[in-house]
Amino acid sequence: MAAIFQGVGAAAALSSSPSNSFDSKKLLFSPRRSFSVKKGASVVVVRSDGNVNLDLNPRGRRAQQLIANAVATKADSSATSSSSKPGHELLLFEALREGLEEEMERDASVCVMGEDVGHYGGSYKVTKGLATKFGDLRVLDTPIAENSFTGMGIGAAMTGLRPVVEGMNMGFLLLAFNQISNNCGMLHYTSGGQFTIPIVIRGPGGVGRQLGAEHSQRLESYFQSIPGIQMVACSTPYNAKGLMKAAIRSENPVILFEHVLLYNLKERIPDEDYICNLEEAEMVRPGEHVTILTYSRMRYHVMQAAKTLVNKGYDPEVIDIRSLKPFDLYTIGNSVKKTHRVLIVEECMRTGGIGASLTAAINENFLDYLDAPIMCLSSQDVPTPYAGTLEEWTVVQPAQIVTAVEQLCH
Amino acid sequence: MFGGSPFLFHFINSSRRSLPGDYSHALSLVSSAPHFSFFPSPPSSLLYLSPSIFHSLLHLPFSLLSSSPANTPHQKPKGSRKVERDRTMSSAFSAGKFTTQPFPLNTTSPRSHDKPFNIPSATSPFFGSSRKLRLNSSSKLNLHRRSGTVVAVSDVVKEKKSKFAPNLLITKEEGLVLYEDMVLGRAFEDMCAQMYYRGKMFGFVHLYNGQEAVSTGFIKHLKKEDSVVSTYRDHVHALSKGVPARAVMSELFGKTTGCCRGQGGSMHMFSSEHNLLGGFAFIGEGIPVATGAAFTSKYKREVLKEADCDHVTLAFFGDGTCNNGQFFECLNMAALWKLPIVFVVENNLWAIGMSHLRATSDPQIYKKGPAFGMPGIHVDGMDVLKVREVAKEAIGRARRGEGPTLVECETYRFRGHSLADPDELRDPAEKAHYAARDPITALKKYLIENSLASEAELKAIDKKIDEVVEDSVEFADESPLPSRSQLLENVFADPKGFGIGPDGQYRCEDPKFTEGTAHV
Repeated sequence: MAAIFQGVGAAAALSSSPSNSFDSKKLLFSPRRSFSVKKGASVVVVRSDGNVNLDLNPRGRRAQQLIANAVATKADSSATSSSSKPGHELLLFEALREGLEEEMERDASVCVMGEDVGHYGGSYKVTKGLATKFGDLRVLDTPIAENSFTGMGIGAAMTGLRPVVEGMNMGFLLLAFNQISNNCGMLHYTSGGQFTIPIVIRGPGGVGRQLGAEHSQRLESYFQSIPGIQMVACSTPYNAKGLMKAAIRSENPVILFEHVLLYNLKERIPDEDYICNLEEAEMVRPGEHVTILTYSRMRYHVMQAAKTLVNKGYDPEVIDIRSLKPFDLYTIGNSVKKTHRVLIVEECMRTGGIGASLTAAINENFLDYLDAPIMCLSSQDVPTPYAGTLEEWTVVQPAQIVTAVEQLCH
Repeated sequence: MFGGSPFLFHFINSSRRSLPGDYSHALSLVSSAPHFSFFPSPPSSLLYLSPSIFHSLLHLPFSLLSSSPANTPHQKPKGSRKVERDRTMSSAFSAGKFTTQPFPLNTTSPRSHDKPFNIPSATSPFFGSSRKLRLNSSSKLNLHRRSGTVVAVSDVVKEKKSKFAPNLLITKEEGLVLYEDMVLGRAFEDMCAQMYYRGKMFGFVHLYNGQEAVSTGFIKHLKKEDSVVSTYRDHVHALSKGVPARAVMSELFGKTTGCCRGQGGSMHMFSSEHNLLGGFAFIGEGIPVATGAAFTSKYKREVLKEADCDHVTLAFFGDGTCNNGQFFECLNMAALWKLPIVFVVENNLWAIGMSHLRATSDPQIYKKGPAFGMPGIHVDGMDVLKVREVAKEAIGRARRGEGPTLVECETYRFRGHSLADPDELRDPAEKAHYAARDPITALKKYLIENSLASEAELKAIDKKIDEVVEDSVEFADESPLPSRSQLLENVFADPKGFGIGPDGQYRCEDPKFTEGTAHV
């Protein structure tokens, strides 16, 4: 079955203005099923400048086939809009809410638990209006007891419900580490498969705007070793809604990492029901010279750097890995095989972060394809300072990304 | 003369139960202060609840080392309240302690806007009842208010019980069921010890000897759909809940026929069929899980409209856990949402080598219930009939939707914390004291003395259980060990969670995956 991808517009590089409103027009994939296009389908390669061309030369075709699974495009475009609905525009937190609401309507055992999720509507308004619609028991305002209400969610999941546990800030889930590690990840195994734990644990993390050290933590590095859980990070309204829905429908425990600064991203997303595959990475911008692997907020820093890089004549391939555990080594591998140079840009700490694991995984699997050592840009191993200037320097900035690519491509 | 309950005396007059134990001493305690826990529910329901609750409360105090203060291994804690702590361990549950404690009652402010909390004031007769106090002939009670020596009131059946009308607590069938369950627990654990020392099972094995009354007393009231959450000392909870001895023994041997396919082990007994939700190695870890199961029950009734869903969850844990945050957090949530759960504290006074008194500022755990708005009950955990009575009330409360209950069962483990524990810290006198209160011996005596069963019938049960346990060992011995292919199964419910490999296929589709040799 051939699938045609149609570009909708340029994958515009984003400005790094401090304003919270971003317009992200990206190539996005809207699958009808959770598995994306089969390998070997003939595809239309969508270039970053929006031109659509059919690349027929053998190397190109192989490249097309190789990236078939990973290319993310919007199914509708202005040309064929008659066949699909126009979509609707919304902000990322609204997309999360929409996904949550749709799943709650679809399945009565889906419930939400967390601090201030009910009457307050969520500290980032992700659950606004849900308590009025579904009731206080389905959208449960919990006392401030992360360890216990996460454990309660796990117990509820074992006995038939599908809870979505919200950590008001991801950092608070450190208090729930006991339950997440011991019970969430392990109970399916230690019970010999008798109990499933279809729980979703979500919340905003990452470095915000001068929120201070404890509210700026990146927990993906701490949780990544826990066996039995999956971790995904959303970065656009499209994949936020898709990942939320996929996570809720999944029988595995999933931790969904959102980012405090991305909640007000605006995008047009399809009206129809869709989910994003939990284990797949997302091709943001195909390219030839270097593979840049990133996730969450750093995606936007990378895309901004990409603008500069394109002007300088480079052609970076940007992949949003989305699935932090497990890594989508297929998409990543194909990219490495094409470009032979890898740059990882992440917001995690240098030590033991997602980038560190990804570096190891790529080295292990694709060493022969590398022309240069993998470069990994991470945050400094520093508690995030309050001062704005210091905070800026702990996190990777676009200028550093440009420099790194220039170094790599020498 | 006291702020105690009119119910108590009413009870004395009306319900003549035939229970082992000596009431008179305990009554004296009751008369001194409201030391048993506060029921926040309206008086009318208390009338229903009270008799058996009070029954057990009568047996609150008892001596641990009443005769040998010098033998206590622990020192006097510094800066402690004089009245309470100037004694040996025997003072832990002595009468004196109760009277000195002001009973904290928050009577005036409602808990929340939407639910005015109807609490009778502290100064009124205890449960807001207008019943008059009626002293019966037992006014010749010994009012030992600050008695130094506390008699063990919950000893085995005493002969003076004959003055009560023959109104037995259990039928013959029930009695035999209880007996069989406790003997199964004991025999199984003894066999575990044997097998451990023979090298058939490894790691940490925590045995339940001595505490059988709690497991049997509570779990035999449950339906199959009710849930039980336990700790690492979970073999007997599993057996009482109905998990076959074969499955438990195989699990301990690490065989694939074990209840968790050999993947859990001694500390992780699970059974979805019997609703045993574990088996947890860290203390306190299971309490939130139990709270979640109770939440599901409430959710099913109120959101999913399964009107007849009245499943109850029991959470078992020890005295050490009662100092853990998860305990308090869950007491709060369970009481807040009136979840159908019973928190059962198996207070065996020792957390490995840490005496409960050395670890806890206020060792009376049952008092922590009212602080969160639920009844807190203390019961003699060496007496299965008393435990059963309390359990019936607490489980009934939960089933009716009246909310959680905290039950503190005073019990004792005859063996060390685990099979690796040399058990050198505990005083032999203390062990002997409790050995004399062996719950199985007590029940046996009760059954025989009340002509509920004959010696021969009980011996037949003993023999039957021995055969069951032997059979379970045989079965476990003959069962296969898990094969390599089992390694990667069950890590994820949906094995796609292992991700996509470099070749584009899901790792779980790799044939090596099912062989257990795939690299994930």
